[in-house]
Amino acid sequence: MSIQIKYFASLRERMGRAEDSVPADQARTVADVWARAAGGRPIPPNTLIAVNMEYADLNRSVRAGDEVAFFPPVTGG
Amino acid sequence: MTIEIRASAFDPYAELRRYQEQLLGNRGQAGATASFVGTMRDVNENEPVRAMTLEHYLGMTEKHLERIVEEAMRRWEILDALVIHRVGELQPNDPIVLVAVWSAHRAPAFEACRYLIEELKTRAPFWKKEQRPQAAARWVAHNTPAAEKRSR
Repeated sequence: MSIQIKYFASLRERMGRAEDSVPADQARTVADVWARAAGGRPIPPNTLIAVNMEYADLNRSVRAGDEVAFFPPVTGG
Repeated sequence: MTIEIRASAFDPYAELRRYQEQLLGNRGQAGATASFVGTMRDVNENEPVRAMTLEHYLGMTEKHLERIVEEAMRRWEILDALVIHRVGELQPNDPIVLVAVWSAHRAPAFEACRYLIEELKTRAPFWKKEQRPQAAARWVAHNTPAAEKRSR
């Protein structure tokens, strides 16, 4: 089982892809998910995080089947 | 309440009229309709903008818009609410968003309408990318804070 990752907007362009996945046994928190997926790149300042479509932070724990999204500040309306 | 994400152009005034006519269950109860229409400008940060692409997080956007409307319905005595938001390619003057609130009286209608648009702007996962005539496309970095707008 794995953790699914989504990137949006400028972060998607910066990563060069819209989606990723990491094995669930390699990530206990959102910070671990980012570290695995981004290969050591620091998370850009102001990045927002959602776990299963709810806002979360880097310390949030994750488990198999979770969807973790990283995106810049929202600019709708 | 109705929340819609639209991938093509819409006429907010026709939508308002249609929705008002469909308020059958509340016919006669609504004494106030407050609405906000956001449209695309042809300039941003003193630079011309020729077109815009709006991206969203399918699923999360709808979930949070529903929650914001539910919060407003708990906080104010409102009869109904309508939110329509564009995604995709937009041209200057195209409507981006319609927020409308029906209530018995004007105060809850105005206040809930303001709440909906401000919360949408800070919580709903949408992103704007501007196409510029003489420069590279750029992502809008952040929305104008509400406090700044209120101080005018």
